[in-house]
Amino acid sequence: MAANTEDFVIVGAKSSDANEHIAKPALSFWQDAWRRLKLNKLAVVSMWFLIFILGFAIVSNIFVTQNDANSFDSDNVGKYKNLPPKSGLPIPGWNGKIKEPGATESTDPYANSNVKKNYLFGTDTIGRSLGKRVIVGLRISLLVAISATLIDLLIGVSYGVFSGWKGGTIDVVMQRIIEIMSSVPNLIVVTMIGLLLGSGVTSIIIAIALTGWLSMARQVRNMTLSLKERDYVLAAKSLGESSTKIAIKHLIPNMAGTIIVQIMMTVPNAIMFEAVLSAINLGVKPPTASLGSLISDAQSMLQFYPYQILIPSAVLVLISLAFILLGDGLRDAFDPRASED
Amino acid sequence: MTEETPKKLVELKDLQLYFNKGKSNEVRAIDHVSFDIYEGEVFGLVGESGSGKTTIGRTILKLYEPTDGTITFDGKDVTKLKGKQLSEFRKNSQMIFQDPQASLNGRMKVRDIIAEGIDVNHLAKSNDERNNRVQELLDLVGLNKDHSSRYPHEFSGGQRQRIGIARALAVDPKFIIADEPISALDVSIQAQVVNLMKELQKKHSLTYLFIAHDLSMVKYISDRIGVMHWGKLLEIGTADAVYNHPLHPYTKSLLSAIPVPDPEVESNRQHIDYDSSIETDGKERTMLEVNPGHFVLATEEEAAAYKLEQQ
Repeated sequence: MAANTEDFVIVGAKSSDANEHIAKPALSFWQDAWRRLKLNKLAVVSMWFLIFILGFAIVSNIFVTQNDANSFDSDNVGKYKNLPPKSGLPIPGWNGKIKEPGATESTDPYANSNVKKNYLFGTDTIGRSLGKRVIVGLRISLLVAISATLIDLLIGVSYGVFSGWKGGTIDVVMQRIIEIMSSVPNLIVVTMIGLLLGSGVTSIIIAIALTGWLSMARQVRNMTLSLKERDYVLAAKSLGESSTKIAIKHLIPNMAGTIIVQIMMTVPNAIMFEAVLSAINLGVKPPTASLGSLISDAQSMLQFYPYQILIPSAVLVLISLAFILLGDGLRDAFDPRASED
Repeated sequence: MTEETPKKLVELKDLQLYFNKGKSNEVRAIDHVSFDIYEGEVFGLVGESGSGKTTIGRTILKLYEPTDGTITFDGKDVTKLKGKQLSEFRKNSQMIFQDPQASLNGRMKVRDIIAEGIDVNHLAKSNDERNNRVQELLDLVGLNKDHSSRYPHEFSGGQRQRIGIARALAVDPKFIIADEPISALDVSIQAQVVNLMKELQKKHSLTYLFIAHDLSMVKYISDRIGVMHWGKLLEIGTADAVYNHPLHPYTKSLLSAIPVPDPEVESNRQHIDYDSSIETDGKERTMLEVNPGHFVLATEEEAAAYKLEQQ
């Protein structure tokens, strides 16, 4: 064995400046994800749509108040009720003409009842503007969405990280708690809370707070279990980093993708949950409108006044769809397997 | 041992680490291991995969709790350290990891990765001081200074490993555990990193525990070598003694498995099979000094036989 062990010379890397210069621009993880997200047209469109809707919902607070949408002229119910959408343009289906129940020809109820105002989205059975009611419903849906997100982030992520990081008995107990909680049907939780606090947006949000974070906590715990065995976590430990710091600096940034995608999946669920609850009268109290209650109210009139159910349904579907498509795009953008490394 | 008996930096006494102790699936990851590492030396630890080399390294750094035995660092017992004293100890001993890809957090900039130890131990008073220190460290390991604002995935394996080395050096340690620092790198880069480590050792009077399974590289860098198998330390001696005059049959088998870069010699190379019954026959074995400074795990009779064999 005559290995020339004395003659090792550094190969190549002698002049480090010239040799090791990296010409590629420095892209952070987020920039890289953004670059990949931009490749997905549907996701980008969904994102702008959601930004627009969010902005619109916030600004709408100024010119469409809750009262505005709820109040109606009790003396003129007959005059204003069930007016079809009228854009003022000759667009079929949006020109203020409708076939009244039992009639064979389309008529113009605006002209018949001598209504001067054009209702862009028509009115409901007691003459309230459907457009305003949909805006209020939209606000409630988004409020539910935002609170579901916050709860997911605050409770779900911290519960999951703590459980996974501690491991052992603590982890077992915390996971059993999750299993017990997730085995209770949501509907029962909502009914109970509704009994306690009265139905309304608050009890819906509390119901989501109690049950919505469970899957996030599980996912985050799984990620924590695998990430905490990584060498860089060991390195941080051996440098003396505290557990909280390790969680904030090493664990959570590395599961940011999972967390964001999970949120994007929770949000449409929460919106749908609220709509379903409102539709079965466990949600918001009338006269407050929510997309769900608008749909259920209009159900009986579906055959005669389809627009009353189609408009809130379309809004609900579009928002949920946008969240799901954006979530899809984000998942691809964050997927480590798709990255070049 | 040498005549002047240099200072012992790390002393392991009868260290044991059992996983699932007392259960049917008990694993003796470290089984009664004792050895010393002297100040300023490079102690190489070799053995096959799963022999407990890495576990020993991590146990010394207190990443695992030993089941029994003591670890002494610089004259102080560190086996049961907690809190402040533990972080003080960790400032003195650091680790270089095997996989440079996995040991750097991909979400952090190189600057923040290297400065992590500085931040934790509050070694820099201002942001400027911190950045200067990072630049010095980058310079020390031969990386371009402009690289501090980049992310680990932009670097090659060898560069990443050098970032890992810079991170370990940031807290100015006395003792570095290099856990297979070169096994994930290709051969030309291996030389780079090993030479860098040697250079740093001279400059900063570091002590290394060099864990590897590549015997020729271990011989090149180490002053003394320990051979591990199944959680037990089988043989300790100077690099030359272990490499050229192996005593334990396992060491002989291990050495006979090294390919020789000479076709004529290689074609005649005979692999010596290792009969593991020598470890499992249940006899009481201790570390016995066969030649000065050359210990082997054996019974008295076996030691006598090894000695005889040598002549």
